[in-house]
Amino acid sequence: MSLKRKDVLGLEDMAAEEILLVLDIASQFRAVFDRPVRSVPIMRGRTVVNFFHESSTRTRISFELAEKRLSADIVNFSVATSSFTKGETLRDTAENLQAMKIDMLVVRHKSSGSAQYLARVLKCPVINAGDGCHEHPTQGLLDIMTMRQRLGDLRGKRVTIIGDIAHSRVARSNIWGLGKLGAEVTVCGPPTMVPANVARLGVKVEYDLKRAVAKADVLNILRIQLERGAGSGFPGNREYHRMYGVTEDVVRTLKPEAFIMHPGPMNRNVEIASEVADGPRQVILDQVANGVAVRMALIYLLSGGDPGALAPGEAA
Amino acid sequence: MEWSWQRIPGEYLVTGVRLIGGGKVSARPGFLHVKKGRLEAIGEGRPTLAGLPELAADGLFCAPGFVDTHVHFREPGQEEKETVATGSRAAAAGGFTAVVTMPNTDPAIDNAGMVRYVSDRGREAGLCRVLPAGAISVGRQGETMAELGAMVEAGAVAFTDDGSPVQNGRLMASALQYARLLGVPIMSHAEDLTIVAGGCMHGGYWSMRLGLSAMPRAGEDAAVFRDIELARATGGHLHVAHVSTRGAVEIIRRAKADGVRVTAEATPHHFSLDHGRCRDYSPLFKMNPPLRESEDVAAVADGLADGTLDCIATDHAPHTDTEKELQFDQAPFGVIGLETAFAAGVTYLVRGGKLDLGRLVQCLTERPAAVLGLPLGKLEEGGDADFVLLDPEREWVVTRETLRSRSRNSSFLGETLKGRVLATFLRGRLTWHADDPSVVR
Amino acid sequence: MSFIEKAVIMNQDEVTRAIKRMAHEVLEANNGTSDLVILGIQRRGVPLAGLLQEAIKGVEKVSVPSGAIDITFYRDDLSKLGPSPRVATTEMPLDVTDKVVILVDDVLYTGRTVRAALDVIMDWGRPRAIQLAVLVDRGHRELPIRPDYVGKNVPTSQKEVIKVKVMEYDGKQEVVVGEVQGG
Repeated sequence: MSLKRKDVLGLEDMAAEEILLVLDIASQFRAVFDRPVRSVPIMRGRTVVNFFHESSTRTRISFELAEKRLSADIVNFSVATSSFTKGETLRDTAENLQAMKIDMLVVRHKSSGSAQYLARVLKCPVINAGDGCHEHPTQGLLDIMTMRQRLGDLRGKRVTIIGDIAHSRVARSNIWGLGKLGAEVTVCGPPTMVPANVARLGVKVEYDLKRAVAKADVLNILRIQLERGAGSGFPGNREYHRMYGVTEDVVRTLKPEAFIMHPGPMNRNVEIASEVADGPRQVILDQVANGVAVRMALIYLLSGGDPGALAPGEAA
Repeated sequence: MEWSWQRIPGEYLVTGVRLIGGGKVSARPGFLHVKKGRLEAIGEGRPTLAGLPELAADGLFCAPGFVDTHVHFREPGQEEKETVATGSRAAAAGGFTAVVTMPNTDPAIDNAGMVRYVSDRGREAGLCRVLPAGAISVGRQGETMAELGAMVEAGAVAFTDDGSPVQNGRLMASALQYARLLGVPIMSHAEDLTIVAGGCMHGGYWSMRLGLSAMPRAGEDAAVFRDIELARATGGHLHVAHVSTRGAVEIIRRAKADGVRVTAEATPHHFSLDHGRCRDYSPLFKMNPPLRESEDVAAVADGLADGTLDCIATDHAPHTDTEKELQFDQAPFGVIGLETAFAAGVTYLVRGGKLDLGRLVQCLTERPAAVLGLPLGKLEEGGDADFVLLDPEREWVVTRETLRSRSRNSSFLGETLKGRVLATFLRGRLTWHADDPSVVR
Repeated sequence: MSFIEKAVIMNQDEVTRAIKRMAHEVLEANNGTSDLVILGIQRRGVPLAGLLQEAIKGVEKVSVPSGAIDITFYRDDLSKLGPSPRVATTEMPLDVTDKVVILVDDVLYTGRTVRAALDVIMDWGRPRAIQLAVLVDRGHRELPIRPDYVGKNVPTSQKEVIKVKVMEYDGKQEVVVGEVQGG
């Protein structure tokens, strides 16, 4: 089993074996973090471009750290610091990058489908760091890694995702990835954020928070994206917190070993109560550490020439 | 005398063709006798005359030239997408001899002078009858009614703010009332912007899965409902453009049963393709109204079959490659359709068992002519010799190279379609020859 | 691609004897076991390191700390071979700073694996010395690396393949020479 693909654009088209392979390698990289020297030289001389067409601090830093720990050369450009303006096509951008002979592109873009587009145009591997409301595969992978560290095999395990499912790329990547690994996913939020057709992705839709979390092994609480205009889907932060906020009261109804995840950054006392965010059930910092490891694993697995001619395992 | 595609004579015969008209296909081969741009005679069997140049078209079908109630030729203002001349070329290649051009140009066609400008450009191109539609409101701003009377005098055949809906219900009511006086339809681009706001594809499973903003059906249904009630109240002739939802078809069906003066059109993409086509984020499947669900596609086809929807209109909407290479949510709405309309009809409606060939042709000829109230779309002795030769069995692959429009943004690129317009004649003159396009200059 | 065995060049006894001899050499060179750490290179260097540790214990009655090194992320042939989907763990039994590391591998060939292993060790700490023990030295070095302890020197052609079999992975303990045929 190897990662025989050029790009990672989403978890929708990744097989369970591929996901497990990435997580396997990621756990090897996590071991590297505990050493005095927290980098390995494998990507020395390779250039990775981080193209962030939408602002993001956490994901960009996580990717940068992953690339640095692989000893890659890094070029960052984001809308704020470049001359890319509205109207310039992604094709122009892609052709420029191609001409500069980069080895890999990490792209964050506000338009759904933009990673797919760049992957089609570019010869080098493309990693989707979040496209619009579509997918955020590295977040999905790090969430799954965090769950597996605590739950082991995810078959039959119950994961409840709470928030604006309709506009969340994190939700979609979680749903696809968890589904492939056999977890039972429930999504929860007001109907304005959880349209009924979400059930067609193979998840259970539950509008009542207490019922949604009662049997859960994990809660994955999404950030309410006020900036995405999702605000019209609920009357306000206070009401959201009252109806869907994960508070101490909610936590008390959980299974004793159930734990809580959040992709960050948190809106404290909106989707998650401060006491819960700082409480013993959350594993948010594990998620952050796993994020770097997962990204290292993907960058490593996607690097190296012709994806059709991967070395057999013995070659190492 | 020998027939020559290079030099079409002033008087000639077309023989061996199965004639299509009145929704029927003649059982026996027949002929046309064309003289000085008019149909001198038309009938079954062999003509009795001899000695005229004869186009022996045995095995082919002959239909009236097609009429399209809805095209965008982009002139003036966006000539990089299409001009009246290049659009006419595409029309001829699709078998069309008359098209209604939409007024959402830059500047808009909102006065008599602009109507004459577009008509004149059509006459110069000389490849099809270019019939301008005027804007309902000045500058298509949806506020003040434009001078509809002056525009009708100048040749406008309908009015619409197409591209944008008329959000102001009172203005729409006035336009319907006023146009009644002028005997022309008001075409409605039926869209409630407060419902559709900012969407880029049909609201359903695929928009959810792809993470693209949604245009719910209700946005179209609500607007169609409003305009029909306004037509009912005013007695004006409402023509609903590009119907795409099952709900809108049903609303129109009921209105017709009630005797409301409403007609409607459907585009080839809405009777053939569903929203699953957007799965790869290709802007070649982005249009407004959007591709909807398979039950909507079926409802649109059924609507054409039972006459609820009067005609097929292409909503030919050219855009440059650059624009259509933007991200799905940023690319402009619209696809071209003139050159693939007949083939899409044969491929999806005739082979799909929804319509037979005679009825398909009716949806492209008599019925749109009736919507406009114009003497077009028929083969009649003494009438203009606007006709097409069709091969409904011929398969062809739609490629960029086969298309004559200035833009290539077709939803059918790469698809094999069945049914080809082999030749188009406008007033007896050849405007399209599929096997040797170069003979038309 | 198939591996055709041509000859057994070390049988089970010969391997055991070679390792015992190397144990004595290690003790001799280092005046005993103080500060020694044995690190095997994944995969077949690891069981051999275990055997060496056992052999030393047989002589000195001291269990020298041992661990494993994975060099996957230190390879210099990523562009040639692409990433390996099989990655093993590096296990450091203790901080190697100021220790004497006995690095163990099955076959010494180009020297590139050892080069990578040296980098791994350096990233974990700063040993006082690193010594190299290999069961077979087949020549054809591409880097200035030489072993301190050798089980057997086996002159080979570059077409040939040396395969060290260990109980853990192969169910037997021997060294064979052969050729890879087909492609």
